[in-house]
Order: sequence, then structure tokens, then C-alpha cells
Amino acid sequence: MQDIILEAKGIKKHFPIRKGFFMREVGQVKAVEEINLSVRRGETLGLVGESGCGKSTLGRTLIRLYEPTAGTIQFDGADFAALSGSDLRKKRRDIQMIFQDPYASLDSRMTVGQIVEQPFKIHGILEKNEREARVKQLLELVGLKASHVNRYPHEFSGGQRQRISIARAVALDPKLIICDEPVSALDVSIQAQVLNLLKDLQERLKLTYIFISHDLSVIEHVCDRIAVMYLGRIVELASRDELFSNPMHPYTRALMSSIPTIGTGKKKMQKILSGEIPSPINPPSGCAFHPRCSYKIDECSKILPPLLPIGNTEHTKACIVNLKTNLKEIL
Amino acid sequence: MNPVVQVKDLETTFFLKSGPFRAVNKISYEINQGETLGIVGESGCGKSVTSFSLMRLIEKPGKVTGGEFTLNGKSILGLDERQMEDVRGGKMAMIFQEPMTALNPVLTIGYQMDEQIKKHLKLSPKDSRDRAIEMLQLVGIPSAAERYESYPHQLSGGMRQRAMIAMALSCNPEFLIADEPTTALDVTIQAQILELFQSIQEKMKMSVQFITHDLGVISEVSDRTLVMYGGQMCETGNTQDILNSPRHPYTAALIQSRPKMGQRVNRLKTIEGVVPAPHEFPKGCPFANRCGRVQPECWTTKPRLTTVTGYDKRAVACFNPL
Repeated sequence: MQDIILEAKGIKKHFPIRKGFFMREVGQVKAVEEINLSVRRGETLGLVGESGCGKSTLGRTLIRLYEPTAGTIQFDGADFAALSGSDLRKKRRDIQMIFQDPYASLDSRMTVGQIVEQPFKIHGILEKNEREARVKQLLELVGLKASHVNRYPHEFSGGQRQRISIARAVALDPKLIICDEPVSALDVSIQAQVLNLLKDLQERLKLTYIFISHDLSVIEHVCDRIAVMYLGRIVELASRDELFSNPMHPYTRALMSSIPTIGTGKKKMQKILSGEIPSPINPPSGCAFHPRCSYKIDECSKILPPLLPIGNTEHTKACIVNLKTNLKEIL
Repeated sequence: MNPVVQVKDLETTFFLKSGPFRAVNKISYEINQGETLGIVGESGCGKSVTSFSLMRLIEKPGKVTGGEFTLNGKSILGLDERQMEDVRGGKMAMIFQEPMTALNPVLTIGYQMDEQIKKHLKLSPKDSRDRAIEMLQLVGIPSAAERYESYPHQLSGGMRQRAMIAMALSCNPEFLIADEPTTALDVTIQAQILELFQSIQEKMKMSVQFITHDLGVISEVSDRTLVMYGGQMCETGNTQDILNSPRHPYTAALIQSRPKMGQRVNRLKTIEGVVPAPHEFPKGCPFANRCGRVQPECWTTKPRLTTVTGYDKRAVACFNPL
């Protein structure tokens, strides 16, 4: 049996829409709906989807930056969703986050030393001189210089700032890190440096990652298992090899064929997917993807397809249509 | 047949407090009718400044300090601002990366399109309205007549970019500059926009300069490619030649540092270091301090762009090419 570090069941996150003088609730944005997810110790689980699919909201709900509307989270032997006060604070040491924008996620009025020291202060660990020594170690661990402690974030490039956020995230020796689009704001050559650093740290520190990205080629590079999301739900979940060699949900296929690839030559782009992502305030009936799907049948607009295993495998999909397995015919 | 666009030794300098900084340094290229030239490079390489220089949109402290740019034989850099207004938006048009900042938020889409159409095509208000709606239909905007009355914030990101494209194309430009037109969009929407772009270019036979940092997009839309680093040309040639057998170490490193679908590696190859600050570029080749094939002369002399034999119109600026 696999060692599960985090198990989420029935996670929902709805945001109220308030209007008028009394701020009455007039509707809800259903950002995340009924997500069941388990993360294995030591793996990298990818969450991939387009903007508005709920991948970031799910990440933030799992770490309880957002309180889940419903559902339970088991994290490393504790009922994480039910914890409060000092118990919650203690457990939160083990679960950290790296954000997309290294310009917004670092306080511009704090020095790099103060930023990386902050987690130790908040949790009251180590004496002052020990903390300072540890901060220097951490900076070197992520490929910066110990002499950088007294500089401010604006003196660093985007890639270096992301290294600072990584140093802050690993400071308390966490078990799980949620990486929310950690390389999306960076140039290609810098992306590669940061991705390599994240891989090295995972090996050295025995970390588990939940890796959120919209970029399938980055996801393929770093993840062991991948969950594809669309409009707040997981539509397909499989191991990396299985997902890329045998995508079974029409949305996954559309996503894969939309990615521009090097070396295929200037080609006539095909009409891959028409329409846009619907609003999560008023999602379509049945399968949320059916208005854009080219394989849809009548039932798709009536039945909400559950996420079910395909045969006896660990590959699960939420689609009632059985697609041909021969990918070549589609791509 | 003469090329539609001819750029020769273009130089743009920013006069900063710390001294003059040449953001674009002796860039030369040509684009034929119906051809797409891709310009690729990382942030700060000068690819956007090149486009802004051609559109004459460089503001102080920047200035185009040298070179020539002719559009169908007509010199553009020598025009005064009044003459330039007749060209900009008419014979040459530009699509920007972020339509939300490029469009005026307090004017309707229709008003902004009319303004341009009236000026360049000299149509009556009614005809220009019809033209605008026709263009919105052409780029695949549903219920175009209603969208004509909409404000930019009422459209989704993909629709706004379509409206931008409609606006740029409304006066039948001969030369279109697209500056990262799909970078802010989701992949499935990006695929739709690229498809639209290609079908329209085929119909209208424009010359296109397509700027992006994404090698995948370059590979799918452009005929020829120009790779830039530190304001200079590294390499130019047919897109597939460049991507399949890069000669400049920077091009090769750029291709290798990108994870590719279906080709798994344990570690990505990286380019060491970061792009230097404006005044910290090496004196010789701008890439010298990050290059794995650096030679002593790279530090002191700027490599000239030299023709690569055995290819069609291919050149590389490197003392020690691959």
C-alpha cells in the first residue's frame, strides 16, 4: 500500500457574490467542486488546467489559506481541516507554499535575511544567532550567496527572487510544498534553473510537491501523477506515462494538441477547441465540458460524469463516452 | 520582387542617467509579401524595442539613432509626425500583448475602430461602422453588431485579442507587427488565435513580424526566424533550419532549456547566470559571460553576422559556432 501524506475528500470551495447596500448574497462562484484527491509521500502531483479551472483555489484550500466550504483533509495523520489555534499553527509548519509572482510574494521593505528568517520567528524556533546561521545556509542551499542577507528583493532578478521564496518555503523543513505556477513568470532559461533546483531539493530534503501549472510540458517534466482540471472538477487523473501516452478525456486531448511544439514545421493549425471556458457562477448542466466537446452525446448535458477508474487501472476519468484509444487518429 | 519590409542597421539608444544604452544594435532583416518573420528572445533582448522603433513609438529618453527602414520602398524613419500618423494604423499596424492596456477602457470597441477606419479609409460614418462590424465577424466574434457597442472590459481575454486583431486589420495593412499576441492567453485560446491569424494572413497576403519568447509558437507560425540577445542579432534563417540545427550557442541553449512534450530528460540544460543589467554587458559578444563555447576574442570584439553556407539565407554572429 502506498504511503499517503495528504488525502482530501469532497472538497468544495464556493465564494459568495455580494451585491447592493446590504451586501446580500446573490450567487456563488463554485471554484472547486467535490474534489477527492490523495497525495503520496515523496511524489510530485501535478494539477493542470486553464485559467479559472480552480487549480490555484484547490491548492490554497488544501493549505487552508481558504477555508473549505465542505470536505475533509487528512494530512500526515491529522484531521487538518478541523484543526484550529496552536494545533493548526504547529501542523502548518509541515506544509508550505511557493507562489507564482516572485514580485508580489516578497515584502519589498524586508531584507532577504529578514524574509527567510520570518518562519523561524513566527514559530519561535532557534535563538537569534542560530537563526542567522541557518538563514545563510538556506540561501546557499537554493543557489544564492550568504552575503545576500542584507539586500532587498528589488535588487534581484525574477529567478533569484523565486529562489528566495523557495528558501523561505523550505526553512522549517516541511513535508509538503504546494508550488503554484512557480516558473510561469520567468524566462525560459531561468525556468530551467528553477525547475532543476526544485528537483534537487525534493531529493535532498525528501519533499512531496503539489505542482500547479497551466503548462503541460512543464507538468510532464516534473510530475509523477497528473490531475487535469476543468471548471472546478478533476476530469482525468493518471500517472504521467499513462496520461501522456493514453489521454482518455476529450479535454485532456484538446489541451495536449493545443500546445505548440518545436520542429513540427509551420503547419496549418486545426480547429481544436471552439468556445471559451464557461462561467463557474452558472456552469453548464451535466458535464461542464459538453458545450465545447466534439465527442458529446445527448446524455452529456444531463448526467454529471463521476471520476471512475478505467478498467482495473489507476487511470481515472470523468467522461461517459468511450474514446478510441488510438491517439494518432486524433492528433 | 522586392521585399515589402527592409530594415537595415537599425539602432535605438536610450539616454539614461547612467549613460547611453543601445537597446537595439545594428539589426537588419527583410520580409517578403505574405511571409512571417519570427523574432525570438528573452525579456530585455530588444525584440519589443525593435518593433516600437519601426512604429516610431519610442519615447524619451529613447531615440532611434541610426539605420533605415523602408516599407515598399518608402522610407519611414524620415517622416515627420503628421506623415507618420497616416502610415501608422493604415499601411502598418501593430497588435500588442495585453489588449486590456492597449485598448482605451472608456471608449467602445466600435468607437475605437471607427476612429481608425475614418482616418485611413476616408469612409462615411455608416460605411465605417459596416466595415468595423465586418472585421469583427471576420475574426470570429459572435454577434458582432452588439460587440461593436461593447466596452473592452465586457469582453473576455480571447475576445479582446480578437477585437485587437480586427482593429489592426481593418485598414488592410501591408505590414503587421504582432508583439507577443498570445502570451497572455490560455493554450486552447492561443491555438484558436493562431489559427485565425494564419487564415487571415493567407487571405490578405500581409508581411508579418511575429514577436514571441515561445519557441513552440515560433515553430508553428513563422517562415523565417531572427534570434536576438542583448539587442543584437545572434542568428537568422529558415525557422526549421534554426530549430533543428542551431548554430549560435544561445539558440541551442534556449532550445535545450525548454521542457519538450514527449522527450523526457532528468535534468534540463540551463543557461548559467542571468541576462546582465544594461551597462554590464560584456564589451564583445553580449552572450560571452554565459556562453559555454566562449573564446578569448569573444570578450573584446563584437562578432559580425556571417553567412552560413549550405543554407538558404542563413547567418550567424559567433566566433565559435556549433
